[in-house]
Amino acid sequence: MLVYPPVSDQPLKKTPLNQIEHELGGKMIDFGGWELPVQFTGILDEHEAVRTKAGLFDVSHMGEITVKGPQALTLLQRTTCNDVSKLEDNRAQYNGLLYPNAGFVDDILIYRMSGDDYFVVVNASNSDKDYEWLADSAKGLDVEVRNVSADYAQLALQGPESERILQPMTDVDLKPMKYYRFGRGKVAGVDAIVSRTGYTGEDGFEVYVAPEHGPKIFRKLVDAGAKACGLGARDTLRLEAKMALYGNDIDQTTTPLEADLGWIVKLDKGEFSGRDVLERERNEGPRRKLVGFEMIDRGIGRHGYPIVEGGQEIGVVTSGTHSPTLKKAIGLAYLPPEKSAPGTEFSILIRGKETRARVVPTPFYKRGK
Amino acid sequence: MATIPEDSKYAKSHEYIHVEGDMGTIGITDYAQKELGDVVFVELPQVGTQLEAGDELGSIESVKAVSELFAPVTGEVIEVNEALATKPELVNTDPYGDGWMIKIKVIDSTELDELMPADDYEEYTQAESGK
Repeated sequence: MLVYPPVSDQPLKKTPLNQIEHELGGKMIDFGGWELPVQFTGILDEHEAVRTKAGLFDVSHMGEITVKGPQALTLLQRTTCNDVSKLEDNRAQYNGLLYPNAGFVDDILIYRMSGDDYFVVVNASNSDKDYEWLADSAKGLDVEVRNVSADYAQLALQGPESERILQPMTDVDLKPMKYYRFGRGKVAGVDAIVSRTGYTGEDGFEVYVAPEHGPKIFRKLVDAGAKACGLGARDTLRLEAKMALYGNDIDQTTTPLEADLGWIVKLDKGEFSGRDVLERERNEGPRRKLVGFEMIDRGIGRHGYPIVEGGQEIGVVTSGTHSPTLKKAIGLAYLPPEKSAPGTEFSILIRGKETRARVVPTPFYKRGK
Repeated sequence: MATIPEDSKYAKSHEYIHVEGDMGTIGITDYAQKELGDVVFVELPQVGTQLEAGDELGSIESVKAVSELFAPVTGEVIEVNEALATKPELVNTDPYGDGWMIKIKVIDSTELDELMPADDYEEYTQAESGK
């Protein structure tokens, strides 16, 4: 067998939590230039901890960009497809930062801190690109765009016990906080932003603090019962919840409508980058659709595996794994619209062998209320 | 790290072979299973398959990745570990014991000399993991 891709020779970037992750036995890998834990004790038990109790992830590699000024809303409305004007203070919104061809620059979270003061959370590997895109688009507008990624450690506490674990450490009132809302206050005595958001399909919170305070809070949360989790479980959890991963399921060549993210496309909000392409796709239908599948034959269809029919490549797998909750192989794939209905069967080429799979409704996993 | 059995030989691609008479038992090492993480599916050849040293003999899927398995020596597959079909996690919990993969009839025992003894393999894995 061959082992997991080796860490490259380039010096890796480290998050503020790097040392504590080593201390806790994290198995470190090169994740897009960052040294991060893929797992601590194992993907399966970390996954289960998040579904049944609480798990803690270091997501400090994520980028943060502030957009402030009288025309902050104008800039965000022009560059994204969701309607940022619907945001109120202390609310967050999932959105797509789009190129003129409606491909994703990135998928992002926009927090409205107050009035014209927005806090944008972006994917780690895209943060420089996103900042430049926003800064370029801001030319001629009365708005200040700053890349503040280095100013924050970000921790994601996820799972049904998250509120019980976090509340004793914070003066932010968590109980009344609804999904995609946030508050500012103290966590373990230090200034923090706490949002009811996440990337696991489970209840939970994301906590932003100054980098030097990250390790102390991480340790306190682990001591209070949260299980340290790595990128491996983060991927299986987000995939079960059918949350898109930039670079796998979406990128600069895919549009939000192709990616089944029509709920973030608000054509009636006014002009924005990619709008004409999306309007045409909404009228005529996208040329391909992102669907969930499960394997019929044994095997796992993984990122990049072709989907074939009669010797022709008709689609591609974008994500695939063994679902720890469902105990079967699942994944996401782009297929022609006429082959995207649940129940449709197709073949994935896995190491030269046509392996059968079936389109299924998504998400694969939805938590109980 | 668990002790690397002295009575087996090791391939650079992290398979072990434990030979008794002309029968070799093949699996992956403890180091390899730790690198892979939770194993969820092992694809093995049919009994009777003729393998050349270096041939791909199957694949192993963990939650996070897939890896190919390679035959450390030439021979015919005599037995496959059917238990792995329902309990692939045996590869994690007992790689040198119940987590074995195939038994092969070894044709040319000189091929074993090309493989590493336990102490060399231990050094090899230490170099690879950079510890």
